Amino acid sequence: MSVSLSLKVNGKAVTAQVDARTLLVDFLRTNLALTGTHVGCDTAQCGACTVHLDGRAVKACNILAVQANGADVVTIEGLAAEDGTLHPMQAAFKECHGLQCGFCTTGMVMSAIDLVGRHPGADEATIREQLDGNICRCTGYHNIVRAVQQGATAMAK
Amino acid sequence: MGANEVGAIGQSVRRKEDLRFITGAGQYTDDVNMVRQTQGVFLRSPHAHAKIRSIDLAKAKAAPGVVAIFTGADLTGVNGLPCGWLITGTDGKPMNEPPHPVLAQGKVRYVGDQVALVIAETVDQAKDAAELIDVDYEVLPAVVNCVDALKAGAPQIHEQAPGNKCYTWALGDKAAVEAAFAKAAHVSKLDIINNRLVPNAIEPRCALASYDRAADAYTLYVSNQNPHVERLLMTAFVLGLPETKLRVIAPDVGGGFGSKIYLYGEETAMVWASKKVNRPIKWAADRSEAFVSDAHGRDHITHAELAMDKDGKFLAMRVVTNANMGAYLSTFASCIPTILYATLLAGQYTTPAIYVEVTASFTNTAPVDAYRGAGRPEATFVVERLVHQAAVDMKLPQDEIRRRNFIRTFPYATPVALTYDIGNYDATLDGANELADVAGYAARKAASAKRGKLRGIGYASYIEACGLAPSNVAGALGARAGLFEAGEVRVNPTGSVTVFTGSHSHGQGHETTFAQIVAGRLGIDIANVDVVHGDTGRVPFGMGTYGSRSLSVGGTAIVKALDKVIAKGKKIAAHLLEAAETDIEFKDGKFTVAGTDRSKAFAEVSLAAYVPHNYPLDKLEPGLDETAFYDPTNFTYPAGTHIAEIEIDPETGVVEVAAFTAVDDFGNIINPMIVEGQVHGGVAQGIGQALLEHCVYDPESGQLLTGSYMDYAMPRADDLPSFKVGTRVTPCTHNPLGAKGCGEAGAIGAPAAIMNAVHDALLALGVTRIDMPASPHRVWQAIQSAKA
Repeated sequence: MSVSLSLKVNGKAVTAQVDARTLLVDFLRTNLALTGTHVGCDTAQCGACTVHLDGRAVKACNILAVQANGADVVTIEGLAAEDGTLHPMQAAFKECHGLQCGFCTTGMVMSAIDLVGRHPGADEATIREQLDGNICRCTGYHNIVRAVQQGATAMAK
Repeated sequence: MGANEVGAIGQSVRRKEDLRFITGAGQYTDDVNMVRQTQGVFLRSPHAHAKIRSIDLAKAKAAPGVVAIFTGADLTGVNGLPCGWLITGTDGKPMNEPPHPVLAQGKVRYVGDQVALVIAETVDQAKDAAELIDVDYEVLPAVVNCVDALKAGAPQIHEQAPGNKCYTWALGDKAAVEAAFAKAAHVSKLDIINNRLVPNAIEPRCALASYDRAADAYTLYVSNQNPHVERLLMTAFVLGLPETKLRVIAPDVGGGFGSKIYLYGEETAMVWASKKVNRPIKWAADRSEAFVSDAHGRDHITHAELAMDKDGKFLAMRVVTNANMGAYLSTFASCIPTILYATLLAGQYTTPAIYVEVTASFTNTAPVDAYRGAGRPEATFVVERLVHQAAVDMKLPQDEIRRRNFIRTFPYATPVALTYDIGNYDATLDGANELADVAGYAARKAASAKRGKLRGIGYASYIEACGLAPSNVAGALGARAGLFEAGEVRVNPTGSVTVFTGSHSHGQGHETTFAQIVAGRLGIDIANVDVVHGDTGRVPFGMGTYGSRSLSVGGTAIVKALDKVIAKGKKIAAHLLEAAETDIEFKDGKFTVAGTDRSKAFAEVSLAAYVPHNYPLDKLEPGLDETAFYDPTNFTYPAGTHIAEIEIDPETGVVEVAAFTAVDDFGNIINPMIVEGQVHGGVAQGIGQALLEHCVYDPESGQLLTGSYMDYAMPRADDLPSFKVGTRVTPCTHNPLGAKGCGEAGAIGAPAAIMNAVHDALLALGVTRIDMPASPHRVWQAIQSAKA
């Protein structure tokens, strides 16, 4: 069954016809070629597919594209400014070596921004607890935690 | 070339590759798409062990969007997947090496064994069609435990492996060991299980195979750690094609940890099928599929004994290990519990006699192969758990018993076939004691006790053999491949440099580390150095990345190519400066006539090489592009001491990692930031093994019980502390970088350090054995049993 869909992705209006069972992550990756959003699991555990839906971090593998109808979606591709200036959280991940293979990174950055929005002055324990929904196999989280702290400071400026 | 000449070495340069990853511009295999692309899905066995009576494809083939369906019966002329290492048993016979079919042939041997490749226009159509395939299975009894598999009456998995045995293999002087045990003042003993793990790179395996009819050639994009090896094995051994007919591209790869070294059946079937359907085929494993089909790690059962004199000096060690190979021999499976395990059982100690016997068996489980550390974590776990027990038995402090037995004279030939070139184990132990503030431990333990918690401290003084490997040594030990590395340094006309390396980065940061080596050596800006890897169509050759070999072997190949570039540059400069070649010095990016201020910049020389108007064309070819192959003369021996401090809540059995300290000797370090990151990641995986991760098959049905992130406990941010990391340096003596490798150390040292700490915390309660993972359930039960 095909359904029609109308939403905003990274500030641009998008309309499409999709199979009703299409997941948001597949819609972003396949229909819109926004391949920065990754699929790392099939149980909504790893968080590699995290995007912002109406300002809230959601796992795009865990909702249907039609559930995003009318919503404002931001993916990793929508974070940096038009001229390429990085979002402070992106810059912090690079500066703190908060990534290695890069696969979980895009979801991690999206979650981190949401985390800082909800817990602006988060301490290390809070950051670790709040990152529970994003799995990284490379970094041991040490430098991700540092990156979130540094990104939070930069975002507050 | 000495280490000091390498310029940018030692600086934490931020990574060149990061920009594409943090902006979502990375290109992983699943991000690559081709016109007319189809989607592949594998139908997998739901049974651990079954005969295939028949397969009915009629309904599936008629399903919407289906392009083709292939089963094992279609793969005529396709060989099985090869094993890259031949182990010769104690009986003098080669290991049993049963066929490893690309798609199941008449029988399935583990849950997840691939039965059919379904190709359709979309993934959903392929999945829908796969559900319509009717396979008539005759289900057979299954066995999943490597010791049970050897028992009389166990289900027979392969005709070619009677009693499910792959091999029994031994190393060391048995008579000397027996004699030493006979006169020992004390013997410490342990039974140990090294728990089975699933590697779990966050990017699941993925492939995109295509066929070009005009060129009669294939291209394979694949999430893989060593594209040249993948190409060689697939063309020469399985499909019977010249290498030139297959280009393998491993673009951005989302983690490997060993699991992407191997040639798998999936991509092999896809390459073969891409010609049949004459369209590109994409397959991306979902996580559930990765759990059942990726090669797993570890899975050893070991009994070990250590003989000592009255002062705790080690006299001899004997070890008996059973290793699980899974249902088929994966690419390097056979060498993990032998060559990469038994040879490390001397650890950092002068134990004069060691004898180890290893029996590898087949079971109805996914193939088991190298996972971060590969044999060396298993060896360290045996040695360091045993040394911990010995210290307890001898009532010696944990650091003291280690010091009493450290090797201090180098080179040192162990009784298990290796010769350590250099090390300083006192330095890393002392460094770890200091960084971990062991002096303040008693106060912290008392504070824990006040809160009702049990605190424990554990050491692991590990050693590993990395930089695989001297090809002739590996060959003598059964390797069926060379283990050198290749590097090409292409200097472009204006002096920028493109480096082509056979190493493969899937998180290690080669694009930065290798660029630092080149920039430092040539005295040019790092921004003018680009590193190309992961493409057999662009890189001359390569053996890939595993065994912490990229810098010490791959980096050295680049250094050797740089030496050639500089040597040729001197000839060109001598001509331009009208001086003798022997008078030309190269330093800080300039060729200078010694003792004068007459010089030519590197870019002037490169330009002359490509615009050879004033050039010794009668003696020298134009151009500045050099390739080197480097085959190491020995393994490298990174070593260090890790100290774990844990706190147990006796009410719940929860083990919390209070602190983790790693002080390692990786030889010279190019980029400390990247090295620390490697240690962090390795330690996290080691803590994961010790406290969280456990791959469990049901012993009756052979079903994988831990097949998702809901069931298999991956380490998450709130399971871990921040780590304390330090280094001490003894440069490797046999490569020009003085580098040893750092990728696996964390995963090697951490499990033993954590488990020693857990046993230390519970010692006073009388708990003597807890197996990994030390889950709350296990710890709580052990505490209750000890109380009873």
